[in-house]
Amino acid sequence: MSSTMTSPTGLGPHKQLPPGRYSLVDQMRSEWTKLVSVRSTIWTLALTIVIGIGVSALAAAETRSHWNTTPHFGFDPTSLSLTGVFVAQLIIGVLGVLVMSAEYGTGTIRATLSATPRRPGVLVAKASVFGIVALVVSMVTAFLSFFVGQALLSAPAVHATLSTPGALREILGTGIFLFLVGLFALAIATLIRHTAGAISTFVGILLVLPTVLQALPNSIHNDIERFLPSRIGIEVLSHGHQPPFVFTPWVGLAVMAGYTAVLLVIAGVKMSKRDA
Amino acid sequence: MIEAKGLTKHYGDKLAVDQLSFEVRPGVVTGFLGPNGSGKSTTMRMIMGLDLPNAGSATVNGRHFNDLPWPMHEVGALLEAKAIHPGRSARNHLLMLAQSNRIDRRRVDEVLEVVGLSDVANRRAGKFSLGMGQRLGIAAAMLGDPEVLLFDEPVNGLDPDGIRWVRTFLKSLAKEGRTVFVSSHLMSEMALTADEVVIIGKGRLIVQVAIDELLAQSSRQSVRVSSPDIAPLRGALEKEGATTSVEDDGSLTVRGKDHKEIGELAAQLSVVLYELTPQTESLEEAFMELTESSIEYRGTNANIANALKEMEQ
Repeated sequence: MSSTMTSPTGLGPHKQLPPGRYSLVDQMRSEWTKLVSVRSTIWTLALTIVIGIGVSALAAAETRSHWNTTPHFGFDPTSLSLTGVFVAQLIIGVLGVLVMSAEYGTGTIRATLSATPRRPGVLVAKASVFGIVALVVSMVTAFLSFFVGQALLSAPAVHATLSTPGALREILGTGIFLFLVGLFALAIATLIRHTAGAISTFVGILLVLPTVLQALPNSIHNDIERFLPSRIGIEVLSHGHQPPFVFTPWVGLAVMAGYTAVLLVIAGVKMSKRDA
Repeated sequence: MIEAKGLTKHYGDKLAVDQLSFEVRPGVVTGFLGPNGSGKSTTMRMIMGLDLPNAGSATVNGRHFNDLPWPMHEVGALLEAKAIHPGRSARNHLLMLAQSNRIDRRRVDEVLEVVGLSDVANRRAGKFSLGMGQRLGIAAAMLGDPEVLLFDEPVNGLDPDGIRWVRTFLKSLAKEGRTVFVSSHLMSEMALTADEVVIIGKGRLIVQVAIDELLAQSSRQSVRVSSPDIAPLRGALEKEGATTSVEDDGSLTVRGKDHKEIGELAAQLSVVLYELTPQTESLEEAFMELTESSIEYRGTNANIANALKEMEQ
């Protein structure tokens, strides 16, 4: 630290304010700087892509190596190559949590609100910037997983191309699902504020809830299960033969989008009413 | 100009701030004095729109903080040291704040220079000392070159050099015509920095007073007199218009007559004097007197004494 300290000469009050007021674009620019100026975010984003593709590639390579010794009835090369999503969703969810919970955990939220006090705006800006980044990362993960996976499914294994019926839908659906999971996690973190609590809740909904439901009798279980984010994610990769009690891929994604939107709205309202 | 009117805040059933009203004027440093836990930080957080009051209101230049079109250009605040992501550099922390209020990025380097953090601007803030965190907070407050400034315990964690720097800095900000509101639990610190003080205890206003008035009180002289035959001397002094009080050890404290006059009077009465000592009241005693005479004051003597003792530490 420099030991010489300057006086504040040259600064003066009563200066001209910029026209209008601070806008969502100003806040988004600020959120972008926050996102890229912390190393852990960049790592986590990279990890989402690498793990997503890596797990998919492993699954594809494994299938290929046992190709001649296993039956392949109803085999869908596209969904196989998107297996990595089930791991990637956890990573992007954790990032969604951290993007918001770190504000509270580190006290940055006080600086943020001292600069831009209107709280719904803070949430909208953060969700927008993170959402855009999450969408790009999700799509990159989905498409690269697909291409790497198909490349590994060399003959005699069956492989798909983008023009294979259903393939593009599965890839896009997977990308959208990942993106929604990230935003869903961000909304949870806005409500819970604490990193550990928010991550536990997120993982609980995604992984623990389905297991708990298994304990219920089938008649009840089937009615509820289709509403679970995890089940919606599985059905996005379905290839025609869905059980009658689940949502079709697009309906499922719409439901997931609905959850995320509702949670974000509740989080925004709560944020406005609570002390920061 | 900062105005608080009937500001009240509960946390559960604990009353943190109780119908607090005061005004902070531009052009002077206004100290916000009270023991730890008296509600200073809560009040500042309510002014900054971070905590929502249960009753009453706080305004900055006539508006609620949350309604300001360009908050950083109008109000700067240091509310807690190290309200910053440990993985983010000082420069990026300031940059993200600047961007949110359309402040030129050159200004970031300017304020880093002002607080003496230029050399560590790219270092992650997690590695900063408390003092460096304070400086970074001051830099953030200065980013928008605002007219109104709030500092919550700004000298905490600073070395003597830093403390002196903050004092000079606050005074120069006020001299430029800005509104400067600075909290402290140290009475001695405020005596050196502030032109005016708002004193609170248990969330309530005790008194708002000019520091000169306090100093006038504290520079007032009294004389300690002891004598084996104090009663006739006391009577004579009071007849002459002095005020006297008997201390626990039997000595007499006299105000309104200096030691020469008392000595001469004693000689006339042929009273033997053992001791005749001019005394200067401490700032603490001045506070005591002021707070005791304050109409707003509703506590007990013991509370005040404890509060002041705590402030002195």
